[in-house]
Amino acid sequence: MPSLIEALAGAAPSNGHYPWPRRVVDERTWSVLVGQLGEGRWTLAGLWGDAGAVHMALLDTGRGELAVATLACPDGRFPSIARHHAPAHRLERTISELFGLEPVGDPDDRRWLDHGRWGVRHPLGACSEADGEGASYAFLAAEGEGLHQIAVGPVHAGTIEPGHFRFTANGETVVRLEERLGYAHKGVESLMAGASLERAAHLAARTSGDSTVAYSIAYSRAVEAALGIEVPERAHWLRALMAEFERIANHLGDFGAVCNDAAFALMHAHTAVLRERVLRLSKSCFGHRLMMDKIMPGGVAVDLDGSGAEDIRSLLATIRETFPQLIDLYDETASLQDRTVGTGTLTHALAHQYGCGGYIGRASGRSFDTRRDFAYPPYDSLRFDVPLFQDGDVNARVWVRIREVEQSLGLIDQILSGMPPGEISVAPRPTGKISEGVSLVEGFRGDILCWLRLDSGGAVARCHLRDPSWFQWPLLEAVIEGNIVADFPLCNKSFNCSYSGHDL
Amino acid sequence: MRKLLFESLIKPVLTETQPDPDLAMCAELATALGQSARQRLGRSLAIREIDAGSCNGCELEIHALNNAFYDIERFGLRFVASPRHADVLLVTGPVTRNMREALERTYNATPAPKWVVAVGDCAADGGCFAGSYAVVGGVAAVVPVDLHIGGCPPSPETLLKGLLALIQDAAHGSASSP
Repeated sequence: MPSLIEALAGAAPSNGHYPWPRRVVDERTWSVLVGQLGEGRWTLAGLWGDAGAVHMALLDTGRGELAVATLACPDGRFPSIARHHAPAHRLERTISELFGLEPVGDPDDRRWLDHGRWGVRHPLGACSEADGEGASYAFLAAEGEGLHQIAVGPVHAGTIEPGHFRFTANGETVVRLEERLGYAHKGVESLMAGASLERAAHLAARTSGDSTVAYSIAYSRAVEAALGIEVPERAHWLRALMAEFERIANHLGDFGAVCNDAAFALMHAHTAVLRERVLRLSKSCFGHRLMMDKIMPGGVAVDLDGSGAEDIRSLLATIRETFPQLIDLYDETASLQDRTVGTGTLTHALAHQYGCGGYIGRASGRSFDTRRDFAYPPYDSLRFDVPLFQDGDVNARVWVRIREVEQSLGLIDQILSGMPPGEISVAPRPTGKISEGVSLVEGFRGDILCWLRLDSGGAVARCHLRDPSWFQWPLLEAVIEGNIVADFPLCNKSFNCSYSGHDL
Repeated sequence: MRKLLFESLIKPVLTETQPDPDLAMCAELATALGQSARQRLGRSLAIREIDAGSCNGCELEIHALNNAFYDIERFGLRFVASPRHADVLLVTGPVTRNMREALERTYNATPAPKWVVAVGDCAADGGCFAGSYAVVGGVAAVVPVDLHIGGCPPSPETLLKGLLALIQDAAHGSASSP
């Protein structure tokens, strides 16, 4: 069977594309690739627009290969991928409204991020003025006796991000859920175009605040690939240290929050204390509670000193002492398990089809972790397991998170003992020519893809950041079907998809 | 569970002493608000949080106000689920064009007297997202703002200082007015 790059018979672009290849393919090859996507040969890792072209990132997860296929669209059209491969759906609608490139044969022509309020159309393509009055949105129908609709959002009851959920319910049972997102769309990609490396790093770090470290690593690695920068070894290790801090903080917070959504506030109280301790340590070691702007192209902004390492070891000991008690508490509270076991089940088939990353995929038997399968330093020299569960319910997602906290603690041990001395950054220098880079990085939520093109002066010409949530949000609609409305908060929190990262 | 609950009784309390309210914020409030509004609202405030397009960073730190270290409810401040129950709207993010109407409607659904607190650098003027086709700007571009709490994101301590300025008694507020 041909490998991914063999299947991408096409011309390499004139400028460099690193570290994985990009090929400009003809429409026939494009169709073959899309057909193979539909058959499950490849995993869709991203689909984004450009000036007069669409790019599609594909993964061969078995071989650990990534490749980008590009189709030129001289007449402003491209054959729909969603028609053959449903995960492409919302990405395709987004290309259509941002760039004005039309997906021919797309079964859904409703606008996605564009709510008709921007005052412009196709802001990244042939931009034209529009009235900005807002457009109505036709939700998909569900018909039958006794069905009623519940509209939730974009302003929610809790302190969460904006999004709209339209439930159709039969009594307590959800018959259909449809999401409408885009409320947090800030036009990050338009702000990136023409930005300096520093300004773009600032924006990348604010794409999804809970994953600021992972986004900064993804962006930095793409820039470094494009410019051919060798980052000092110590910087890689410091990045991983911050990334594992971020993972632990989010997992702890969400573990408690899932329990809290089942009205089990005790767990939330305890995990919130642990989370706060991690954030305070992040502040004392790296100078920011969420570690924003501490990672940039070329390395990291702050080094870890001896007392910092001691403080980290001390916190690890605290978590190792406290966390097992909380795990027991979760495991032994039948009334809590009654809410999480068997609730919101995601099938393996759907997780696989959507290339669903992170704890959601791993709770449904999709064994994929960028740190292992597309390993980047220092993970290629660290030992860790990728926890895997098969049940696909809220309970399984909680357990993946619990086990990942334990793995991260072990990783931090190894990072502290194995971190090499030396410099922590090098200055990125423009190469004087156009260059492209791509990266795939494991955030707490799953794999983040960053693709960018730098101009000859070293500024960002085009940057696309694909949040893991793009391939997770649609599955939330699937898992809630047949569950009761009151279990939606549990399902939603156990997914914890990003609104801002998705809406960009 | 019993062991954990029992330990909570004998372990030292995590909750920290109250930070002093930020004087600059007190001054901003004193000029923004009449004394009568302060007296009518009293010392117990219900807060409705609205994400008008933030990156979620501010939300994480607002969440932290509820943890045992900050324990915001001891000050009579509590988060409520509906704007109809709220005295204070805590608004984060640059206001996106897609969220503008939702913010206006939430503001209009909140009974007077009410205060609007803009949280984070983006809420002040759009922050690093200012100038985008999809962003209106800061919160004040859409609804009147009484207090700004800066930071990216503001730490829970900074948030607490700002919110405590809100519930300072009216005498303190007028004393620090210019």
